[in-house]
Amino acid sequence: MSNQESFEQLNDLNNMRYDVLREIGNIGAGNATTALSQLINSRVDMTVPKVDLLNFQELADVVGSAEDIVVGILFNLSGDIQGMMMFMMEYTAAHHLVNCLTGKEKENMEAFTEFDLSALKEIGNIISGAYLSALSTLINLNIKESIPYMSVDMAGAVLSVPAIAFGELGDKALLIQSEFNQTDKSVSGFFILIPTEESYGKIMSSLGVQVI
Amino acid sequence: MADLKICCSPDAITTLGLGSCVGIVLYDPIEKIAGLAHVMLPDSTQIVCNENIAKFADTAIDRLLQIMIENGASKNRMIAKIAGGAQMFAFSSENPMLCIGKRNVEASKNKLEELGIRIVAEDTGDSYGRTIEFYPETGELLIKAVGKEKKII
Repeated sequence: MSNQESFEQLNDLNNMRYDVLREIGNIGAGNATTALSQLINSRVDMTVPKVDLLNFQELADVVGSAEDIVVGILFNLSGDIQGMMMFMMEYTAAHHLVNCLTGKEKENMEAFTEFDLSALKEIGNIISGAYLSALSTLINLNIKESIPYMSVDMAGAVLSVPAIAFGELGDKALLIQSEFNQTDKSVSGFFILIPTEESYGKIMSSLGVQVI
Repeated sequence: MADLKICCSPDAITTLGLGSCVGIVLYDPIEKIAGLAHVMLPDSTQIVCNENIAKFADTAIDRLLQIMIENGASKNRMIAKIAGGAQMFAFSSENPMLCIGKRNVEASKNKLEELGIRIVAEDTGDSYGRTIEFYPETGELLIKAVGKEKKII
């Protein structure tokens, strides 16, 4: 059976693999949420992670509309696991987070300064690092992350980058999506883990799940 | 993403949030038929899983042209407008996978040249996403981007 078919076995929603992927999202995002909570010194909750195998046409709808403005922070993964990791927030949520950190008024919606953007990048770096180190410990494989790359633009445009990476392999994108919320819902965001098919197989087998 | 459609006046056709992908409009100004393809990758011959023809610049343009001719458009009158192909993240490395926007634009241009279809306007490259709308009635391509004035090419 080809790799593509093993990837697409995920179409079966009752599959145990979903639970494994969901648990990965849970552990990674749990760690990242704790890091964020300490960073902004406030309580942060997370939702149960969602795992989806999506067509490209559906991908941008993950966040709402393809035209919604988001802040995306992207990392290339190398080492034993290859692929991409993206941390994405809606524009207003990113503002709240920056305001929280820099001590500005919460409702301040002025355009981001260089300093704000740099701070956001670093937040992305810290919490994605927490996510990946938890994942790395869990599967006992080495994951190296690149420096953070950031883009503030339409969701469809930002998501086109990981979508294209998937496009080289097949016609669907595997999304492990974890969402977190500050208690009053003003800071929320998504983690999207995008392993290559080969790495997906490695993650599965390291957790004792057979990929045919 | 990875899709293609045609439309006739007075309707308009749009694709939202083009990033590194390229939007290719083919247009027959006499019949007022337009086609739009949203391609993700430059070359179907370099990829193993290449059944989805709307995903690649080379195969998507071929198919779009074919569908338009079936619907009464003439290849001789056909002109093209292209947009997109941005580099969304400022990657520092030279990894060709990361400069995909540029490669998509080049591949689209090469394919159109090969078919003898003239590109009358383009808005490509740079580092921002675009939403595009094409109006077959007037032949105008409207481009919207975050924090920028609307532009018609």
